[in-house]
Amino acid sequence: MKQISKGDRKLALTNIVVAYLAFLIGTFCGLLQVFIRNDALTLPPWLDYYQILTAHGVLLALIFTTYFIFAFLISGMSYSLGTLGPKVRLFSWIGFFVTTVGTLLAVIEIVGGRASVLYTFYAPLQASGWYYVGLAIFVVGTWIYSFALISHYIKWKKLHPKQLSPLLAFMTIATLILWITACLGVVTTVLFQFIPWAFGWTETINVELSRSLFWYFGHPLVYFWLLPAYMAWYVVVPKIIGGKVFSDSLARLSFVLFILFSIPVGFHHQLTEPGISSFWKFLQTVLTFMVIIPSLMTAFSMFGTFERAGRQKGATGLFGWFFKLPWKDIRFTSIFIAMFFFIPGGAGGIINASFQLNEVVHNTLWVVGHFHITVGTPVAMTFMGLTFWLIPYLTGRKLTKSIQKLAFIQVITWSIGMLLMSTSQHILGLLGAPRRTAYSGYMDDPTALEWFNGILSNHVTMAIGGTILFLSAMILIYIVFHTLFFSPKAITDRERVEFPMAESDLSQTPKYLENWWIWIGIALALILIAYTIPLSQMIHHSPPGSSGFKTW
Amino acid sequence: MHIHKFEKIWLGFGIISLVLFLSIIGVTAFAFNHHPSGGMETIDPDKVEQTAPFDNPGVYQIDEDTYEVIIVAKAFGYDPPEIKIPKGKKVIFKVASTDVTHSFSIVNTNVNMMVVPGQINTKEYTFEKTGQYLVLCNEYCGTGHHFMKTTIEVID
Repeated sequence: MKQISKGDRKLALTNIVVAYLAFLIGTFCGLLQVFIRNDALTLPPWLDYYQILTAHGVLLALIFTTYFIFAFLISGMSYSLGTLGPKVRLFSWIGFFVTTVGTLLAVIEIVGGRASVLYTFYAPLQASGWYYVGLAIFVVGTWIYSFALISHYIKWKKLHPKQLSPLLAFMTIATLILWITACLGVVTTVLFQFIPWAFGWTETINVELSRSLFWYFGHPLVYFWLLPAYMAWYVVVPKIIGGKVFSDSLARLSFVLFILFSIPVGFHHQLTEPGISSFWKFLQTVLTFMVIIPSLMTAFSMFGTFERAGRQKGATGLFGWFFKLPWKDIRFTSIFIAMFFFIPGGAGGIINASFQLNEVVHNTLWVVGHFHITVGTPVAMTFMGLTFWLIPYLTGRKLTKSIQKLAFIQVITWSIGMLLMSTSQHILGLLGAPRRTAYSGYMDDPTALEWFNGILSNHVTMAIGGTILFLSAMILIYIVFHTLFFSPKAITDRERVEFPMAESDLSQTPKYLENWWIWIGIALALILIAYTIPLSQMIHHSPPGSSGFKTW
Repeated sequence: MHIHKFEKIWLGFGIISLVLFLSIIGVTAFAFNHHPSGGMETIDPDKVEQTAPFDNPGVYQIDEDTYEVIIVAKAFGYDPPEIKIPKGKKVIFKVASTDVTHSFSIVNTNVNMMVVPGQINTKEYTFEKTGQYLVLCNEYCGTGHHFMKTTIEVID
């Protein structure tokens, strides 16, 4: 059985450990939030709801995801292209340390109450300058990581001229290109707007410009979470169910389309705000909808793979293949449930981005429900499904029967908890309950009090869901801890856990799909078309800037 | 590149629905003037309360069927404190902020406006039913964010 080198395993495991530390604290913050919102818990005076909310967002959406993603990408690159060279590994470690220094700095500022600006850090709320410095260092760290992995890929390409790279490596590079391009927006606003302003070198900030630059980054960020999950769906799942990649070229094409259409779309987060003309809002709405195409391709490929594998195992009839799927294999079932959650998740996303329709849901709890059934389940549960085998694979330990059972309990409780919590959040949002708020009855306003009456549309249902989710999270932490340190060592090949990577037939794949400069060029052209005019308008016709406020 | 026949049908169906969706949105937006709130007017965020019309927030009748409501949002409340408007009339809301980003969102309506400092947000709305409407800030603005509210009374 193919192993990856010890040095690479150590690197990946270190990232996983940091990811789950963030997961532990982040989910605990989430637990506190659902209780505060239904008035069952009052925080001590030295702790503020919005501080916890900021921590929850930063730790789970940014820290947990990023570290886990790099752990997965490092393992995948080492497995598919061979051991990382000494330089690549050194730079990956430097990337890890820089990212971690940035993380710690940002977390210290949040805990100290100097940065309760939420992770979307809306100016002119002004956090301590060190918070922004921390985030900038974090991004630079991920860039060092990214370029280390890209250089590993370039080296492979030089050794294998005119060959297409393995699918997993191709997808890794696509994800990293997306990440680097997306970060340009947040780096620009943090370096040139927030840091000079927060340290007092400039008096004021151009608020609308900072918001637009943030959302230039904020939306592709969600695709940075999603693409590694898609990698697992395309490459890992077919192997687990005993099949092959449905179509290598379509898998690559869908990743290319994500590079093109996930960035010039940030205005769909700003549809209800002034300062951007309707024309540009609409243009970016159209571009936003383009990502539906690769998503439909992915859905087709998944079900195509399922059906083919099922029929090979002798399934008959229209839906017979469904019962041939390996439901008892937690590595599969977890990811299948994750995919299933993405159906309503994606549909909700279409609603949110639909121009005028956004007014119905913008900044309501609906949106919170939405991202808990996109990043919070399809992405997070895919990561859980990967964790179950990735940690034992890296530690060389067994994935015991009892841990597998526990993993089932964990995945099922997460699903139930999320179903309860996100359903009530969606309904409450439609009724007008706002997001990002501590408990409030709005001075016993009758409309607001109704939000506590429904069976599903109730803040209590939300809290029950949140509690189940937290229990599930703790089971996961136990599984992680156990497979890291206590599971018995695998000795024979049969006991060893494999890295499931499906075969992908390259014979039909056109070479131009791997000509990155074409795709980077088109992506940049689309970004320039979508952003040049509205951004220059914001700069040239800007109102006097805003001074900083600390309203917490 | 080989594409399976069923996948062609599936993608064709998807792309046609997409074009249809976008056409509906585009036509309602640009032919029937149904846009989300917005506007390109700017204002000095430090001088909102000295700049007309925000120096005198309140409800103004423009003509027989049109009213204008001028609102100043600030941490953590709205000016004017009381808003009374008749039902069935076109109401133009204009909102600006004196400090951080807020929102002016009327629950159970499609009025959901971001109030970004330096910008004036505008939205037209016609209330068809009388009663009390809860208005709240749904954009995080500080410790008092969840107390930031007002009500609109729609009268006959």
